[in-house]
Amino acid sequence: MRLVIPLAITFTAGMIMILNFFVPHQPFKFLGENLQEWYMIVASGAIFLGVMNLMHVHSRKIRLKQKNWKYSPVTIIGFLLMLVTGLIYGVAENMPFDYLFMNMVAPMSATMFSLLAFFVASAAFRAFRASNWRATLLLTSAFLVMLGQVPIGAMIWDKIPLAKVWLMSIPNTAGQRAVMIGAAMGVVSTSLRMIFGIERSWLGGAD
Amino acid sequence: MADFYEKLGNLDRRIIFVLIALSVMIPIIFNMVFPNPVGAEPSRDMFDYVDALPEGSNVLLSFDYDPSTMPELQPMAEAIVLHLFKKNINIVGMALWPQGASLGQDAMSSMADSLGKVQFEDWVNLGYKTGGGVMIVRLGSSMSAVFPTDRDNVPWSEIPMLRSITNLESFSLIISLSAGDPGIIQWVMMAGDRFGVPIGGGCTAVSAPTLYTYLQTGQMVGLLGGLKGAADYETLIGIVGGQAVRGMAPQSIAHVVIMLFIIIGNVAYFLQRKKGGVK
Amino acid sequence: MNWEILGIWLGAIVTLCLYSFLYRDNPFYKFVEHLFVGMSAGYWVIYNIENVLIPNWWQNMFPPEGGFNGIWIIPGVFALFMIARILPKTASLSRLSLGMIVGVGAGLNMVSFFQTNALAQVKGTIFSLASGGVWSIFSSLVLVVGVVSGLVYFFFSKAHTGVVGRTANVGITILMVAFGASFGYTIMARLSLLIGRFQFLLEDWLPTIPRLLGLGG
Repeated sequence: MRLVIPLAITFTAGMIMILNFFVPHQPFKFLGENLQEWYMIVASGAIFLGVMNLMHVHSRKIRLKQKNWKYSPVTIIGFLLMLVTGLIYGVAENMPFDYLFMNMVAPMSATMFSLLAFFVASAAFRAFRASNWRATLLLTSAFLVMLGQVPIGAMIWDKIPLAKVWLMSIPNTAGQRAVMIGAAMGVVSTSLRMIFGIERSWLGGAD
Repeated sequence: MADFYEKLGNLDRRIIFVLIALSVMIPIIFNMVFPNPVGAEPSRDMFDYVDALPEGSNVLLSFDYDPSTMPELQPMAEAIVLHLFKKNINIVGMALWPQGASLGQDAMSSMADSLGKVQFEDWVNLGYKTGGGVMIVRLGSSMSAVFPTDRDNVPWSEIPMLRSITNLESFSLIISLSAGDPGIIQWVMMAGDRFGVPIGGGCTAVSAPTLYTYLQTGQMVGLLGGLKGAADYETLIGIVGGQAVRGMAPQSIAHVVIMLFIIIGNVAYFLQRKKGGVK
Repeated sequence: MNWEILGIWLGAIVTLCLYSFLYRDNPFYKFVEHLFVGMSAGYWVIYNIENVLIPNWWQNMFPPEGGFNGIWIIPGVFALFMIARILPKTASLSRLSLGMIVGVGAGLNMVSFFQTNALAQVKGTIFSLASGGVWSIFSSLVLVVGVVSGLVYFFFSKAHTGVVGRTANVGITILMVAFGASFGYTIMARLSLLIGRFQFLLEDWLPTIPRLLGLGG
């Protein structure tokens, strides 16, 4: 019974969404629209679960004095700082919550991901080898794109940007499309397996 | 000589880091600006489509990114907002990513202030909603059901510019500025293909190659790919010294430096292989 | 010191702390890393309360004009079941909510992916053959051959030998060109992020130092 009810809910929800696509009239329209609105609320629950789990992990780290536990209060204080300013002042522009976001969260997030520039350069230097003709082709394609995407490419030779546009529009589109169609077929079959209860790994490995 | 290349192959990565940093810093410090010619790129298609929209049209602008991709997408957001405002097109902003709601507000309010545009009459920020593609499908039947209020909890019925808007079909164009999932792909699937609304967008350079497939099929009217796309749009609407255009000089130098790294790395590899050191 | 300059300095300090990782892992980096995680989580919670739960759930259940709409208890209970996963005793309740999320997602994705990423792509490939001009015809042929051979490469139900093997080889070649383009674009993306941060440090933050020291500017 603990598996039948979730699987029945999945089947019903999945079928409503499919029928709503092919028959956009009552009663499927009403059912589909309600389900879509409810979905937003339940997905919100998942976000709260994630945040509660984060707080749980860090309080546990502090309690058990695990490795690097001294930084865990920073995470909790940072969380509370945003929570309190958000609850008191709301999300409006130029209010403390927005100020903290624009001047702290945004720079931290942008910098964290910009670190990748250094590592991608280092990795390219160490690992990007033209060891066979296909790898050479990959390298040539990458070089053409890297030159064609910036003004210096046109300064070297004005046909480089044209070659880049052709490469992106034709061979790149062909390759990406092959991957896209293949992946789409995978999504269709996995979705069907989920709706009909054949694929159950999302239940957490229970049988 | 071969020993030299062997040592080169084992170079301390911090030296590479310093060289990359210098290749970006020097053009910025010396205020180098390279001309940015715009060829037959998807960014021109995007500009042409927006430019042809009649005055008074409604455009849905979805800020589907967060600060991690801000350097690429925020200049696009500002350039597109400026273009739409100059054309007297109404902007309805929203976000599939929570942090996009704040970044969109920043782009729209700063441009509106400089051009004298009025919130709730010329532009509105409806804020963030969970649900991605599922939520977009619901927007296809009713916008106000998903957005009963705007970002700051002002009710839909009290916002004058929203009176003419019922669902996604009320928009002449949907523009998604997308850093991944949910983003342009969901807009093409749920709004473009399902409700027939034209979709345009801007994306990070990482996702641009995949999205080219939607251009050839006509599922997208245009695309701004990465900082180059943002620089193209700034050039096309006539922004002088825009952030993205200024970024093209360090981008060019850094690309050349990385290409040199790859070439040197390969030379070292082949010389070592010739010596029998690498298989 | 005004709020704007304080904001720029806060941004610069956290940026420099994070960049210190490039030398090696250190307490400044760890501090800001942990702060980033906590503040981002706080942001997500606030936006979910202010932009989702209040307008889309609470105000639907208790409309501002008065009354009570009981049907909205259902999604609320499902959201609570999702959160119940945090406790081992109640964790199994989350399967009900997950069932709904998975069902809606699967139902929607099945039709949407098939329509947008399969049918429309096949149609686009077939219709590309219609365009004129020698170069256009050549490009169309590359596109069609590329898509078909790429798909053959991903078709594992038949051994890649003979004609199938040769076609799959053409497919790999096209895929290599596409992956090369993706690699080039990825390098570009990462560098753009770095340029954005350096523009902030050199153009926004650095000029505030002489101003703070009273050296004009």
